[in-house]
Amino acid sequence: MLQIGDKFFGSRLFTGTGKFSSAELMEEALIASGSELVTVALRRVQLDGSEQDDLLGRLSAPQFNLLPNTSGVRNAKEAVFAAQMAREALETNWIKLEIHPDPKYLMPDPIETLKATEELVRLGFTVLPYIHADPVLCKRLEEVGTAAVMPLGSPIGSNKGLKTIDFLEIIISQSRVPVIIDAGIGSPSDAAYAMEIGADAVLVNTAIAVSENPVQMAVAFKLAVQAGRMAYLAKLAPIVNRAAASSPLTLFLDE
Amino acid sequence: MDWEESKASIYSKTSKDVERAIAANHRTLEDFKALISPAAAPYLEQLASVSQQLTLQRFGKVIQLYIPLYLSNECNNICTYCGFSYDNKVKRKTLSGIEIMQEVQHLKQMGYDHVLLVTGEANHTVHVDYLKKALELIRPHFAHVSMEVQPLDLLDYKELVPYGLHTVLVYQETYQREAYQIHHPKGKKSNFVYRLETPDRLGQAGIHKMGLGVLIGLEDWRTDSFFTAVHLDYLEKKYWQSKYSLSFPRLRPFSGGLEPKVEMSDRELVQLICAYRLWNQEAELSISTRESEVFRNNIIKLGITSMSAGSKTNPGGYTVEQESLEQFEISDERSPKVIAEIISAQGYEPVWKDWDQHLM
Repeated sequence: MLQIGDKFFGSRLFTGTGKFSSAELMEEALIASGSELVTVALRRVQLDGSEQDDLLGRLSAPQFNLLPNTSGVRNAKEAVFAAQMAREALETNWIKLEIHPDPKYLMPDPIETLKATEELVRLGFTVLPYIHADPVLCKRLEEVGTAAVMPLGSPIGSNKGLKTIDFLEIIISQSRVPVIIDAGIGSPSDAAYAMEIGADAVLVNTAIAVSENPVQMAVAFKLAVQAGRMAYLAKLAPIVNRAAASSPLTLFLDE
Repeated sequence: MDWEESKASIYSKTSKDVERAIAANHRTLEDFKALISPAAAPYLEQLASVSQQLTLQRFGKVIQLYIPLYLSNECNNICTYCGFSYDNKVKRKTLSGIEIMQEVQHLKQMGYDHVLLVTGEANHTVHVDYLKKALELIRPHFAHVSMEVQPLDLLDYKELVPYGLHTVLVYQETYQREAYQIHHPKGKKSNFVYRLETPDRLGQAGIHKMGLGVLIGLEDWRTDSFFTAVHLDYLEKKYWQSKYSLSFPRLRPFSGGLEPKVEMSDRELVQLICAYRLWNQEAELSISTRESEVFRNNIIKLGITSMSAGSKTNPGGYTVEQESLEQFEISDERSPKVIAEIISAQGYEPVWKDWDQHLM
């Protein structure tokens, strides 16, 4: 089982709650995905708790752990404040740290993210930061006590798959905290691939929410993540070049 | 950049330019010219389909709802196309604090969480202190506050941002300088350059989002829209932390009104919306109650991201003084509840809240 902080997860498919055509459909798809960790943007929920919130109401299934995210903040200071609001309103100290001051490509700011992670860890949060696929940043985050790292596969929402594959492999090979591949996973095969190379989990939103049939797509992702994980555990057979050299280079040693 | 040259370039685009623009991975300003050109008209269905797909990918199946709250119709500018124009000799109204709260209460009952504050330009009554006071009253009740008032100085914006001001809309009306002078003969608004540089001041003040646009009907809409795109392109690169929204208001009838010089058909407005989306995937595209019911019903899926509904364009229009002078006549009078149902019926989710005052 996957452990992050003090929680255990049977499913390695984490999901988002944005872009669905209705809250009902979102709930149905998320249940079908088997996901146990769902991220929700603070900006979309009523934080004062005074009103019945439709979005939160749809995330009340017992298997769902809420992962509030700080989408919209532009620096560490705003992120820390937002995380504190989330803790108070949603009664969880888990936070998906998203600091992307660039609204065009939503590229995460590594400097502010590191600063905020350090501060949030100090304040007792379980921090899951969304970052570029930067191996050094991952180690730096580890050093300040991050609970996991969430590097991107390609720009968020792009469905372009694992464009950062070489860096993801470095991150996975040297990480001491779970690695969750967060953005750009566009198809179940991308998710399976991420799991095959040893990612601990993947987070998928757009590819499910924007598909023609989000519920069916959620199931497809669930199965792909399971298949990829199984393949990783079973250890893939090596890719070999079957053609043998006609005159072996080391033949002379036998002569 | 020369107006006539740009115009000639847009009108000389060919179907080949349009096809290349549609097929391109990253679309340039030259591609945008082709997409808004007359040559692109036969490709409208294709434009709509790409626009829909790009919008879905970026924004999902959601439409943000917002409502304008007119605080004042006092205005010292003469604008040939506007009901608030100084020379329109009708009694004026500026809401008091108590009146603002009455209107706020009504908007909350309608379900709104995003509000757009609108005024004319009357610096002796609707000044920065008035706006500050209004923001103080309004902010606790809304997740998102935007403002469409007279252009202000940099220091004024810096002062207002901490009061919960997230977004400022400032439309150039037209980028054709001579036409601008004709339509704005008197008042502070007659200063073309001061208005043109307003987004720069907003960027320097660190505003989260700014909105651009022109008033369609004053000048050639294709050329004006191209200038809008050039302006946006410059701003995006310079103020890279800001978000941007675009509007495409068509001139509407109002008391004492001007006939549009240039008409734009529904078909052309769809072309413009899709062209904006093909060129820029991140900009929020907004449609107001100026447009007809049929148009609004069908534009939901084609690239826009936000809509108003149940709007009044006069201060006090919701409860306080329903008969006060309005800026223009709205076209779609359906309630937000009905619009939300229409959005749902199209397979989209009406979103009431997508920001939080605690995030600033």
